[in-house]
Amino acid sequence: MTTEALVRRPTFDRAWLPKYGVYAAIVLLVLYNVAFTPNFLAWSNLRIQLVQVAPIVIVALGMALVIGTEGIDLSVGSVMALAAALIPLYLGYGVIAAILVSLVAGVVVGLINGVLVARVGLQPIVATLALFVGGRGLALVISHGQLKDVRNDDLIFLGSGDFLGLPMLVWIAALLVLVVAFVVRRTVFGRRLLAVGGNRAATELAGVPVKRVLIGVYVLCAVLASIAGLLAVARIQSSDASSVGLLIELSAITAVVVGGTPLTGGKVRVLGTVAGALLMQLVIATMIKHNLQPSTTEMAQAVIILVAVYAARERKSR
Amino acid sequence: MPILEVTDVSKVFPGVRALDGVSFALQPGEVHALVGENGAGKSTLIKLLTGVYQPDGGELRYRDEPARFATPMDAQRAGISTIYQEVNLVPLMSVAHNLFLGREPRNAFGLVDERRMIREASEILVRYGVTTDVRRPLGTMALGAQQMVALARAVMVDAKVVIMDEPTSSLEPREVETLFGVIRDLHARGIGIVYVSHRLDELYQICDAVTILRDGKVVHTGKLAELERIKLVSLMLGRDMSAVRREGFTGFAGDHTGAADAPPVLRVTGLSSRHRLHDISFAVRPGEVVGLGGLLGAGRSETIKAIGGAYPVDAGEIEVGGRTLKNPTPVRAVQAGIAVQPEDRKAEGIVAGLSIRENIALAVLPRMARWGLVSDRRIDKIVDTYMTRLRIKASGPDQRVGDLSGGNQQKVLLARLLATQPRVLLLDEPTRGIDVGAKAEVQALIDELAADGLGVVLVSSDAEELVEGADRVVVLRDGAVVGELTGTNVTTEALLETIAAAAVSSEEPHDN
Repeated sequence: MTTEALVRRPTFDRAWLPKYGVYAAIVLLVLYNVAFTPNFLAWSNLRIQLVQVAPIVIVALGMALVIGTEGIDLSVGSVMALAAALIPLYLGYGVIAAILVSLVAGVVVGLINGVLVARVGLQPIVATLALFVGGRGLALVISHGQLKDVRNDDLIFLGSGDFLGLPMLVWIAALLVLVVAFVVRRTVFGRRLLAVGGNRAATELAGVPVKRVLIGVYVLCAVLASIAGLLAVARIQSSDASSVGLLIELSAITAVVVGGTPLTGGKVRVLGTVAGALLMQLVIATMIKHNLQPSTTEMAQAVIILVAVYAARERKSR
Repeated sequence: MPILEVTDVSKVFPGVRALDGVSFALQPGEVHALVGENGAGKSTLIKLLTGVYQPDGGELRYRDEPARFATPMDAQRAGISTIYQEVNLVPLMSVAHNLFLGREPRNAFGLVDERRMIREASEILVRYGVTTDVRRPLGTMALGAQQMVALARAVMVDAKVVIMDEPTSSLEPREVETLFGVIRDLHARGIGIVYVSHRLDELYQICDAVTILRDGKVVHTGKLAELERIKLVSLMLGRDMSAVRREGFTGFAGDHTGAADAPPVLRVTGLSSRHRLHDISFAVRPGEVVGLGGLLGAGRSETIKAIGGAYPVDAGEIEVGGRTLKNPTPVRAVQAGIAVQPEDRKAEGIVAGLSIRENIALAVLPRMARWGLVSDRRIDKIVDTYMTRLRIKASGPDQRVGDLSGGNQQKVLLARLLATQPRVLLLDEPTRGIDVGAKAEVQALIDELAADGLGVVLVSSDAEELVEGADRVVVLRDGAVVGELTGTNVTTEALLETIAAAAVSSEEPHDN
């Protein structure tokens, strides 16, 4: 016997925080920094912040899609390492070939994750844990555990060049944000993804090829991670499989959650995710500028995550 | 002197009175059947007896003393054991460990005495027809055998009362016989048994007394042998035998003549699924509403889901418009023109977090798109059409479906099905949990859709709805077709008689 909630309280105040809280927090932090941090508005500083946050944004976009299906992808950092390890191997065939190979690596990892989740029926956290461990291991094998310098002007332009006064990295990240936002809002795939996350059983009965959608989501997420990986190589001009993308899955999940995307699926906030990544970056930068210990910074991050999760928690009685 | 007794107990949940002044007495050595349809209050009563819930009023007496079980553990320690439909044991542990879980025999060092445990477990389980190696993990055994282990475990705890909730739902006929042997043994030892089941012949085979619940009230209690089957069924379903026939009780207009000689739009032949469905065959012509009748657990929902590709099928053929549906999956079924409205609207029907628009368009997105890009203009058109046609009351197409009333949620779901332009509509309890007004509207809509030439299969626990809505009724019992009502024979009396008679006639094969 189901019991409907008889009284429905107005939800205006509750809905406000997860929706706009992250933007409000950014505004507050920026105001604080403008007032109290010397040289905060200096172009060199803003530029550094943007370049640092770009890879997190790219990875977080894919993560947001996966989380929208009520899943999670722990393997993104390993995919970055894998992409990074492959770049120096294939750079001899030209920069396009190297990029393509690392993207294909992303597709393969995504397929494995997707098949494990959708067809084998593993829980996403377990399925992607396999490649979280194995992917970086494979990357280290490929690179023989060595750091390799990458000297290719085209690649270096992607990582450190400017276009119309903005770093290429920022342009690429912005372009990917637009692409993902477009996919979520305007494509059949995007709408199905949200339905799968909202109610998988119902979506399946409606005749939607749920498994195909899930596999597609994991592939998209891994491809975004491999883009982040090759950009990381381009930026630091060397490939180090042991450090590229280390712990980025946590930053990405944090950005998604702080941005107001619920872990229960059925909703994806693309702009919120970007804002979440920016907010965390700002927090770290602010703390560093004011000479606070890294441990303090970490605790501040923890508090923000808790606030975000608390604000986003679903009303149980429905 | 009853061993377990409740007097005038009630249980109220927010918005629902689950039990209303219920009295129930179990004598020692008695097998007492507890029956009722979904939502009648059976599980609530069991939960009160076993300490899961506390009664809001009334008295609970056990072994002739007032009793209060704060937790299920309390009740179990006092000697009341429960066996649920699903086995609540640890599948990865060995059979012997499961049997002795929490009270393993100890050796001189206070460690578990494995050898003694294995020996005793084997000895005990033989009596329950379980002869496999007790060191095997429980999960590797057949479900029936697992149930026997659960039963053995329940009885071992020096039980005075054993409550069995649908114990035979996953058993093979041979295992049912073993179970009945065990029950007779318990009966002889003076243990009181509460037996919940929907299988009438089982009840008449094994039970002494019966209590029938309906809408949270006791509608009958007494000796089972003195109660006719037809009477039992009518009491369960709440249909007074003499005063049933009343026209215009529901929103249905009457018969759909359909095209009597038209080829069927849906033909199901020999549909079988292990344990649940046995050789089900029927056909639906365009413009016809075919009802599926039967009690809870008769296989109605399974049949509908199997046709929709969402339930595993071992054998049988499904034809839509003369074309065979090969390896049915939900995707293929929808493409073939089958639309399924599942029984559980919230779990399998709507996507509560999405808008009305998204819910209606969900199944037809590819048709609303070009190159994978969705056209909102096309979606709005179709959403508009169905919101008007089905009179969906909402602030607008962007409202969350989870915030709508049950009736409007159901209409959104129907709109999604109709948007796929199906040839066959399978409706499982289309009016459950929706208010009277919406109910009549949905019923009228079913009429209208049939008149438009759709083939409709209707499942309803509401006998009146089934009889008035359907042109023919195929009656199921234990996953098999046991009768069909046609023409002037489609009446509530005939339906109840077929359900009850089916139970009688099927007893004969049991004897050989």
